[in-house]
Amino acid sequence: MTAPVESKLGLPQDRIDQARELAERIARPVNQFIERHTTVSVERATLRLAGADGANAEGVPVPNLVVDQVRDRLEDGALLPYVNALLRTGDTIEGLNQRIAQGFRVDELPLGDRGALERKAEELVESFATHVKARRAWRAACKERYAGKNHSPLLYVIVATGNIHEDVKQARAAVYQGADVVAVIRTTAQSLLDYVPYGATTEGFGGTYATQENFRIMRAALDEEMERHERYIHLTNYASGLCMPEISAMGAIERLDMMLNDSIYGILFRDINMYRTFVDQKFSRMINSFGGIIINTGEDNYLTTSDAVEKAHTVLASQFLNERFARDAGLPPRLMGLGHAFEMDPSIPNGFLWELAQARMAREIFPEHPLKYMPPTKHMTGNIFMGHVQNAMFNFASMATEQGIHLLGMLTEAIHTPFMMDRALSLENARYVMNSMKDFASEIEFKKDGIIVSRAREVLDKTVDFLEVLERIGMMEALEQGLFAEVKRPRDMGKGLEGIQEKGPNYYNPFETWLANELGLTAN
Amino acid sequence: MIARPYGDTLDDGAVQFSFTLPVPEGPLGREAARHLVEKWGFDQVDVVHSHALAEDFSFYVAYGRTATGIDLSTIQVEEATGPSVYTMDEANEIVRTRLGRKVVVVGACTGFDAHTVGIDAIMNMKGYDHHFGLERYPEFEAYNLGAQVPNEKLIDFAVKVKADAILISQVVTQKDVHIQNLTQFIEMLQARGLREQFIVLVGGSRIGNKLAVELGFDGGFGKGTFADHVATFIVDRLLEREA
Repeated sequence: MTAPVESKLGLPQDRIDQARELAERIARPVNQFIERHTTVSVERATLRLAGADGANAEGVPVPNLVVDQVRDRLEDGALLPYVNALLRTGDTIEGLNQRIAQGFRVDELPLGDRGALERKAEELVESFATHVKARRAWRAACKERYAGKNHSPLLYVIVATGNIHEDVKQARAAVYQGADVVAVIRTTAQSLLDYVPYGATTEGFGGTYATQENFRIMRAALDEEMERHERYIHLTNYASGLCMPEISAMGAIERLDMMLNDSIYGILFRDINMYRTFVDQKFSRMINSFGGIIINTGEDNYLTTSDAVEKAHTVLASQFLNERFARDAGLPPRLMGLGHAFEMDPSIPNGFLWELAQARMAREIFPEHPLKYMPPTKHMTGNIFMGHVQNAMFNFASMATEQGIHLLGMLTEAIHTPFMMDRALSLENARYVMNSMKDFASEIEFKKDGIIVSRAREVLDKTVDFLEVLERIGMMEALEQGLFAEVKRPRDMGKGLEGIQEKGPNYYNPFETWLANELGLTAN
Repeated sequence: MIARPYGDTLDDGAVQFSFTLPVPEGPLGREAARHLVEKWGFDQVDVVHSHALAEDFSFYVAYGRTATGIDLSTIQVEEATGPSVYTMDEANEIVRTRLGRKVVVVGACTGFDAHTVGIDAIMNMKGYDHHFGLERYPEFEAYNLGAQVPNEKLIDFAVKVKADAILISQVVTQKDVHIQNLTQFIEMLQARGLREQFIVLVGGSRIGNKLAVELGFDGGFGKGTFADHVATFIVDRLLEREA
C-alpha cells in the first residue's frame, strides 16, 4: 500500500479519467438531494455523538426515545431539544440519559436562550472531537510502535458465534494464528432494525449484535492481543442497514478500524429505501472519515447474484461510484477499501487469468486505496478439500496483484460459520502462499495484448459505457430499472422511507457543520 | 450388500478425521485425541498431525478403521423428485400440451434470512451451474420476492397473483431459527384456509425432503437442487391434481 503502483496493464488513462468524471456527474444530483435532507438515523447518530446513550426498560435506546419525541419537528434537527433539556435540568449527560430512559420528555420543555443553547452544543462538539482525536492518536501510536509487523495484504477473518464472549475467544485464537483484522459479523436481522440494541449480547443468528458495549468488549480484548503478539489488530464491524450513521458514531467513539459501508448495498440487497440510504451513507462516511475508519464497500455482493464474467464492469462501475460518494463525504483514498471478489466459476477455462485481470485492474485504477478482496463463496460447494484449493488460488491472486485487505476464504464456506480450526487452516494456507511468493508481484509483467491485458481493457471500456448509461438516465432511475445486480428498487418503496425528513430553514446540527469543516467539505 | 468405508482395499473401513480439542497442544492432547477416536469405535487409530490453534486449543488429523458396515437394503431414500427429472424444454412442453396455461410460482427468503443465493439459483434467469432458473421457463410466471420477506406478505402476494406454488428458501439455520419460521408459515396458511390451494416447497443447504414433509410442506430440496428438480415436482403435482 505504500510503494507506488506500477502500471503493468497499460490501461488508457483518458478512459479512467472519463469514468471518474462520469461518476462525479452521476453523484451530483444525488448529493443535491442529500444536502436538503436528514433522517431519523442521522439525528440519532448526532445525539450519540453528543453523548445520548442507554435504553429504557423495554430496550428502546435513548436516541430513539428523543427522536420519537421530536419527530414532528425533526426538520429543525433533534439535537437542540436534547441540549435544552441538559441546560434546563442542570443534569450531567449520564443523568439526563437515565431520566429519558425513565420516561422524561425533552420535547415538553420550552426552548431556552438560543445563544446559550448553541454554546452548550458547541461544547459537546468540542468534547466529541477531543475524544475521537485522542482515539486516533492512540491508534497511530500503536501502528507506529508495531510498524511492519502486519501482513501485507492484511489478513482479515470473521467471528460469528452470536455471543460476544465466545467471539472474544475465537478472536484471540485468530490473532494467535496470525490474523491482522477481526470482523464481528452481525446477526442476520440487524440491518433491518431501526435502532441499535444496547449492552453486551449473547444471542444472535449467524452473528452477533453490533452494540456499543460489544464494540468495547472486543476492542479491549484485541488491544490485549496486540500487546501480546506485538502486531496491531484491526477491529471491523458493519455500518450498514437502517442505522448506518449510528454505528459509525459508535465506531468512532470506540476506535473501530474498519466498517463495511457501501453507498448502495442496502438499497439492492436489503431493500432499504434509496433516499434513506443515500442520506445515511453521507453522514456515516463523514464520521468514519473523522474517526480514521477504513470503509469496506460491498461490490463483491454483485457477483453473488450476477455472473462474474458478464458483470465484471458493474463491479468497476460501482467502485467508481463508491469512490465518488466517499470523496464527497470527506474520505481520503487511504480510507477507501473498495471491494471486489474472486467469484469466477472454477470450470471456466482461463478463469484465473480473468480474476488476475480484474484484481490487477482495480489495483492500478485505485492505487492509493486499500482494496478489499473477497474470497470465493458462490462456487464453494461443501467439498472442503476442493474449497481449500480454491482459497489457495484466491490467495495467489491477491498476492500477485498487491491487494490491501484480504478476507480469508473458509474451506467450510456454504456449510457453517467458521469453526476455530477452519480459520486456522485458512490462515495457514494464506501465510504459506504469501510468504513463499513475497516479491512475486514485482517480478512479473503481463504479456502485451495477452489475455489478461485485453480483458482488463475490455472491462474498463464496458464500465465507461455503463457509466454513460447511468449518467444519461440518472442514478435513481438506474436503480429502479435493475441496472445493478439485476435487482429493481422503486424509489418510493423500501424500508426506512418514513424516516426521511426534509431539512427546515432552522435545521441545526453543529456536529455535521463541524465535521464538514474539519473534512474540508464545502459548507452546506 | 453391506457397505463399509473404502480406503484402498475393499472393506478396510478407513476413515479420516479432523477436529479441535480445548486442550493445549502436546503429548497429552495427542494421546487424548487417539483415545477419543478409539472410543468412537475405531481401531488402528493414528493421529497423524496436530498443531496449536491457540494457547489452550489444538487441532488434530487422525485415521482409524471401522468394522461397522451398513446394509443398503435397509436404507430408504426420501427425495422430493424421483430419478427422472424433466429438462427445461420437457417441463415447458408438458405444461403447454397438458396443462394449457402458465404455471405461477412465487419464491422468497423468509423471516430474517438475508441470503438469496438459494432462491436466486432456482429462480433467476441465469440459474446456477448451467441450469437456467424458473424465470427463463417460458411456460412459467416466476416472481422472486428476494430476502427477508415476512411470511404474511409472501402469502398475500401468492394470493394476489394466484400462485400454483410457493417456494421458500432458508439458508440460515443456526439455532433452528428456520424451523420456527417454516412452522409459522404453514400455520398461517392453515389459519387462512389456504394450505390446499398451493404447492408449498422449501429449499436450503440444510433442508431435506423428510424434514419438509414433517413440517407440513409438500416437498423439500437440499444441496444439488436445480430449477429442473423444482419444476419437475411442481409439474407432476399439478398434473396429479388436474387428473
